[in-house]
Amino acid sequence: MRIPCPYCGARDAHEFAYLGDATVTRPDPAAPDAEDTFFDYVYLRDNPAGPHSEWWYHASGCRQWVRVARDTRTHAILGTELARKPAGDAA
Amino acid sequence: MSRLAKGGLVDRARALSFSFDGKRYSGLAGDTLASALLANDVKLVGRSFKYHRPRGIVSAGPEEPNALVELRAGARREPNTRATVVELHDGLIAASQNRWPSLGFDLLSVNGLVAPFLGAGFYYKTFMWPASFWEKLYEPVIRRAAGLGRAADGNDPDEYEKANAFCDVLVIGAGPAGLMAAREAARAGARVILADEDFLPGGRLNAESHTVGDEAGHAFAARLAAELASNPKVRIMTRTTVFGVYDGGTYGALERVSDHLAEPAPFAPRQRLWRIVAKRAVLAAGATERPIVFGGNDRPGVMAAGAVQAYANRFGVAAGKNLAVFANNDEAWRAAFDAAQAGIAVSAIVDVRETISPALTAEAERRDIRVIAGGQVIGTRGKTLSGIEVRHGGTTEALAIDTLAVSGGWSPNVHLTCHHGGKPIWNADIAAFVPGATPPGLSVAGAARGHFSLSGALRDGVQAGTAAASDLGFATATPEIPIADDAEPAIAAFWHVADSKGPAFVDPQNDVTAKDVGIAFKEGFRSVELLKRYTTLGMATDQGKTSNVTGLAIMAELTGAGISETGTTIFRPPYTPVAIGALAGHHRGKDFRPTRPTPTHEWAAEQGAVFVETGLWLRAQYFPRPGEADWLTTVNREVSAVRASVGLIDVSTFGKIDLQGPDVGAFLDRVYINGFSALAVGKARYGVMLREDGMVMDDGTTARLAPEHYVMTTTTANAAKVYQHLEFCLQVLWPELDVAIASVSEQWAQIALAGPRSRDVLARVVDDSVDVSNEALPYMGAIIGTVMGGIPARLFRLSFSGELGYEIAVPARHGETLARALMAAGAEFGITPYGTEALGVMRIEKGHVSGNELSGQTTARDLGLGRMASTKKDYVGRTMAGRPGLTDPERPTFVGFKPVDGTSRLRAGAHFLKVGAPADTANDEGYMTSVCYSPTLQHWIGLGLLKRGPERIGERVRAYDPVRGGDIEVEVCAPGFVDPDGEKLRG
Repeated sequence: MRIPCPYCGARDAHEFAYLGDATVTRPDPAAPDAEDTFFDYVYLRDNPAGPHSEWWYHASGCRQWVRVARDTRTHAILGTELARKPAGDAA
Repeated sequence: MSRLAKGGLVDRARALSFSFDGKRYSGLAGDTLASALLANDVKLVGRSFKYHRPRGIVSAGPEEPNALVELRAGARREPNTRATVVELHDGLIAASQNRWPSLGFDLLSVNGLVAPFLGAGFYYKTFMWPASFWEKLYEPVIRRAAGLGRAADGNDPDEYEKANAFCDVLVIGAGPAGLMAAREAARAGARVILADEDFLPGGRLNAESHTVGDEAGHAFAARLAAELASNPKVRIMTRTTVFGVYDGGTYGALERVSDHLAEPAPFAPRQRLWRIVAKRAVLAAGATERPIVFGGNDRPGVMAAGAVQAYANRFGVAAGKNLAVFANNDEAWRAAFDAAQAGIAVSAIVDVRETISPALTAEAERRDIRVIAGGQVIGTRGKTLSGIEVRHGGTTEALAIDTLAVSGGWSPNVHLTCHHGGKPIWNADIAAFVPGATPPGLSVAGAARGHFSLSGALRDGVQAGTAAASDLGFATATPEIPIADDAEPAIAAFWHVADSKGPAFVDPQNDVTAKDVGIAFKEGFRSVELLKRYTTLGMATDQGKTSNVTGLAIMAELTGAGISETGTTIFRPPYTPVAIGALAGHHRGKDFRPTRPTPTHEWAAEQGAVFVETGLWLRAQYFPRPGEADWLTTVNREVSAVRASVGLIDVSTFGKIDLQGPDVGAFLDRVYINGFSALAVGKARYGVMLREDGMVMDDGTTARLAPEHYVMTTTTANAAKVYQHLEFCLQVLWPELDVAIASVSEQWAQIALAGPRSRDVLARVVDDSVDVSNEALPYMGAIIGTVMGGIPARLFRLSFSGELGYEIAVPARHGETLARALMAAGAEFGITPYGTEALGVMRIEKGHVSGNELSGQTTARDLGLGRMASTKKDYVGRTMAGRPGLTDPERPTFVGFKPVDGTSRLRAGAHFLKVGAPADTANDEGYMTSVCYSPTLQHWIGLGLLKRGPERIGERVRAYDPVRGGDIEVEVCAPGFVDPDGEKLRG
């Protein structure tokens, strides 16, 4: 499997470290229900059969966290984007 | 000798000597071991797996189920190699397998007499009980009786490599379809890799006698291969099996670089594992001939018709002197004609079909070959084949022959098309499974797609190559399709001769018979997947290449469900066996992973250090001196020397992370449980960071070197993990923070100096401009300066040992010089190098947590660090650390231990029990995490996690260690055994 890194181009998946679900967002710790929302954030994951958004870390490359859209059935990579757009990047 | 007087693609001028079972023979360059054995009239080559039945060569290719041999000797011995694909070389040593005492006379062939008991489901039925019989009786007996080759005697002396390749179009198989596909793709300008498992490109063009245009098939193949080889954009990889299809157009391939040599050339690997990334691929893997199943069909001399043809045409070898053919299709007739043309006597063609094409019967008549239409072979005789019994027209007849060429039709090699879950589709017209859905980017051409004629394969190959190139945007011209002299062969599906005599083998390698399939049917194991597992059909090293389709077809006959509905089992990689050595490549032994020496490695080695692997790092564990009886003596000396005067240790292995930017303070506040934004320039602070689930991830110190410049240390083990976590926090959680980080672990060497005289030593290595007095560099101070005459340095006043201590960081290349300078400067104080053991002893004496306590299952509170946690800010893990389960006062908490008797040895891993409580899980109160002998206190001490530990100081508990027979009473104490108030390190 190869992942098109926005910086480095198509690179072998072995260069990346996998984290997982990129659809979850760290909740507001000040919210009254923070304990519940954090529990969901840390532990609860969907396991979709089909397109999924995931965090991959280009450990052996540019050291950027990349949001990868991947089809879990075919391992087809549908798209990638950087977690943090470079400063001055209009897009 | 059965070498034909002429013909074949072997080099008759180059004789090669080889041995089989100790006897010397001669073959020719271009032979396989199988063709050379047949040329020497060796027909019995092995014994079968279960019944030890005599077996001979069946095929001429990778599908071979019978002719498995051991190759080479000693450490290079390789079991279970297929003689049909072993390229002959001078001096080759081969031996038959699974026979005792000899191949000709095998005592264990009595297994055949008890065959009724060894049938389908034998293992499941026989060895149900008693369980104790399994290890003692059943398994050893089965191991001896049933088996394959022996593993090598020693470590493999050869090298294996891994390599990557990239291309536009990968063509798998260099037969007619593959050659044409490669040619068309290359003509269009694509970068092409053409891989073939054989050492000679051409596939069946070399085995058959067709002409292409006005050229002999093999000459056409050679010319095409030469044309491709001269194209710089084409790479022809012979002896290379593409064994698997993986994600993203990635193909696994095994190149047998040196298997055709007695030993690899210097610096050459035996095999090379390729990862080929191809934008498009054309599978032109050809087809495999199937047998017809009938009684006695495993006798040596019963062969595949296409193999008899290959031995005659390609190798110039007569597989026998007197041949009959038993078939259900037209292709086998051509094999008979080729054999006759080569001078082999052909007694009869027995075809199960009543109606045969007049062209074929006319040709048979012209060659004076008897045709038995509507006939079936119902029995065989001879240790090696001496005759067959044929049933036709209501009568039976015996024929005296020594070779029976059998063909039940051809099965396309669809294997690779199934590696992404594609299911083959039954095509009744050609009685074969053809590819269903293929992996993305892979198309199929030629016989692999069911186009069995040469003209069909050529046409199909041209089209597939053109399509692949044009799909990638290459301009393709109108292709020219070579003309071959044949048409699609006719076939009538036929699998199994009912009412034949003797065991009728479906899978000869695993000794599975048609009767076994019947038993599976009767007992309800009717799905192909159950049939496979119950009978072991297709589970041998050949993975059922010749037997799967026949087996499921027989099952389909029994169930009446039809072959299409019955379906195939799932084909998974690898297509043919791949040695573990090839998969490992260079990553074995000490090369399994890299070794990271520290910057002071050379110096430590000179000092006589004993090294220890910690992760990838090689660190000095202790520095023994002459006369020291054991490591404990050494470590005790090192600890005492540090506590009395001064010592030094390389701590470069700690992770070091440089953080810069206006928001570093705010960032550190969010990743550490304690506050950092108020840290002054020139100061360092100990910090603890959690995972988001509330457990401690790591600890270390972070120093502020300048208003917007910090440097963090992590534990050695977690350096990479913490760095990745920080990048995640910065890029994903808080991209708005203006912070940049970089790992500088390898850029800085860091040496810790510890002991009451450490300041004196430090003062002698720093440059005059640097003040290291207690006022200028107080405890937890961090300053930038120069040492040893202008070398930039970072000086930290930190202590892991509890003594006055410093850490000096210099650019890594100066690390060794620094160590030598410190040794020279400290000589008058008796400065002592110490290793990780003494470091560990001193941290236990001081009561610091370390890797044993940072187990991923401990909270900051568990480790006695809860009071560090800020309540005024959010940080990673804060919310989850507040869960009731993690704040339960009953949780085991960090304390120290000492033996009540003052002398007993403590053991890490011992569990704590109340004195007098039964030793069971219900009474478990925690466990000992770290122990050492303290030379300072002159007895063993320990650290551990005990329920409500800090409330139980002074209480006695039982340290129970059943694994090592330990059961002693220990006293709970505060974790700081040495200088609990920290007076030394602040002095």
